[in-house]
Amino acid sequence: MDLLFVLLSDVAWANAGGAIGAGLAAIGAGIGIGQIGRGAVESIARQPEAVNDIRANMILTAALIEGVALFAVIAGILAMFV
Amino acid sequence: MIGKGVKCLLVAAFSLFWINSFAQEHGDANSDIHNENGEPLKKEESKKFDANEVIFGHVLDAHQFHFLTYKGSDGQEHHVGIPLPVLLYSPQKGFSAFSSSKFHHGEDVHDGYLLVTPEYKEHLLKSGYSKEQVKALRNESIIAVDSKSLPLENVSVYDFSLTRNVVQMIIAMALLIWLMLSVAKRYREQGASKAPKGIQNLMEVLITFTRDEIAKPNLGHKYNKYMPYLLTVFFFILINNIIGLIPGTANVTGNIAFTFVLGIISFIVILFSSNKHYWGHIFNPPVPGGVKPIMIPVEVLGIFTKPIALIVRLFANMIAGHIIIICLISLIFIFGNLSAGVGWGFSPISIAFTVFIYFIEILVAFLQAYIFTNLTAVFIGQAFEGSHDDVDHHEDPVIV
Repeated sequence: MDLLFVLLSDVAWANAGGAIGAGLAAIGAGIGIGQIGRGAVESIARQPEAVNDIRANMILTAALIEGVALFAVIAGILAMFV
Repeated sequence: MIGKGVKCLLVAAFSLFWINSFAQEHGDANSDIHNENGEPLKKEESKKFDANEVIFGHVLDAHQFHFLTYKGSDGQEHHVGIPLPVLLYSPQKGFSAFSSSKFHHGEDVHDGYLLVTPEYKEHLLKSGYSKEQVKALRNESIIAVDSKSLPLENVSVYDFSLTRNVVQMIIAMALLIWLMLSVAKRYREQGASKAPKGIQNLMEVLITFTRDEIAKPNLGHKYNKYMPYLLTVFFFILINNIIGLIPGTANVTGNIAFTFVLGIISFIVILFSSNKHYWGHIFNPPVPGGVKPIMIPVEVLGIFTKPIALIVRLFANMIAGHIIIICLISLIFIFGNLSAGVGWGFSPISIAFTVFIYFIEILVAFLQAYIFTNLTAVFIGQAFEGSHDDVDHHEDPVIV
């Protein structure tokens, strides 16, 4: 019952939901880009001559993952204002 | 360099904007802003720093370029900026065209029109309007008002103004046309026989990058047909991104309407270059029969999610970057609200972070232009690739 009272109280739940969603998206982006970085650094260690190709691909893939994380941020902002 | 005709056209176009960057005066703190009958409109109290207003004032569109606001020696606020033309059409009132400086930043009513500002919204709330009605009004939009400055319900206003986004797009377009025409002229005169000079160096690097890294790998031997579109998209997004990073300019690429149009144009280009094979794969995917009822809706949805992802990716990246920079600077003033000393003390940290984020934003400017162009090229390539049989057509050598 107390939990129900807390959930039904007068707090701006939309803002809280939006902010928590954006934070979770940041965690996801961090893990994803960390994996890219790990793969890239390991590949450079295996074959140092390929460093330029690997760096280009790493930055491109990181930007795509960031795009997905920012979709979630936009969804969070929409939750606040819509 | 470029023809005299083009130069004359540019001079004529830019002379339409009379640069009124003189200081404009507000009423002083307690005397108010009047409507057309000279009656006071609203009061101005000394305001604490409102981060929400600052952030959205920067990333959304506006009817003037606003550079700074300072408190003059007479205690009044002076705004320094460039007001832009306001062009309105109302079925009830006809066409109107005037400079947005007539609005005096939302204080004055001009010609029966009013600029909606947060102060006006508060004035409405105090005059008894409900919260939903006030929320429906957008900041910086223009509404028709009666003599008491209350909104007129039955008058609809269509706003065709040259807002700062539009002006920045025009400037970016003029810059792009000038750069490309000057490079093309040098090629026409000298051919590829002489070494490149000046801006041609930079343009050649970017154009050959687009051709060799984006167009050729994805589009095969048909790449020349799509090069004009890919180059246009790449350079237009890049130039608008970079200009938007300068303080005082407009946030064009972080506007969903702008990226929406770019995404739709890419969508149309993809549709027009699709062949029967592409549609065959969508409506009859080569998967086992039991999975088909699931795959066909997924494939149909996939036609639309690809441009939508392009739209939202560019929009979200650019607006997030701008908001981060503004938030970091606003932190100084938010702390300054607590006490002046904390505000001053925090500013070196905030400025250091802001410079760091600025470097990342320059990288993001290039990267997002590259990714939009690259993914458009990938989708176009996917749309017209032939059946997989004629790809693997090597004859195996006879081994004796």
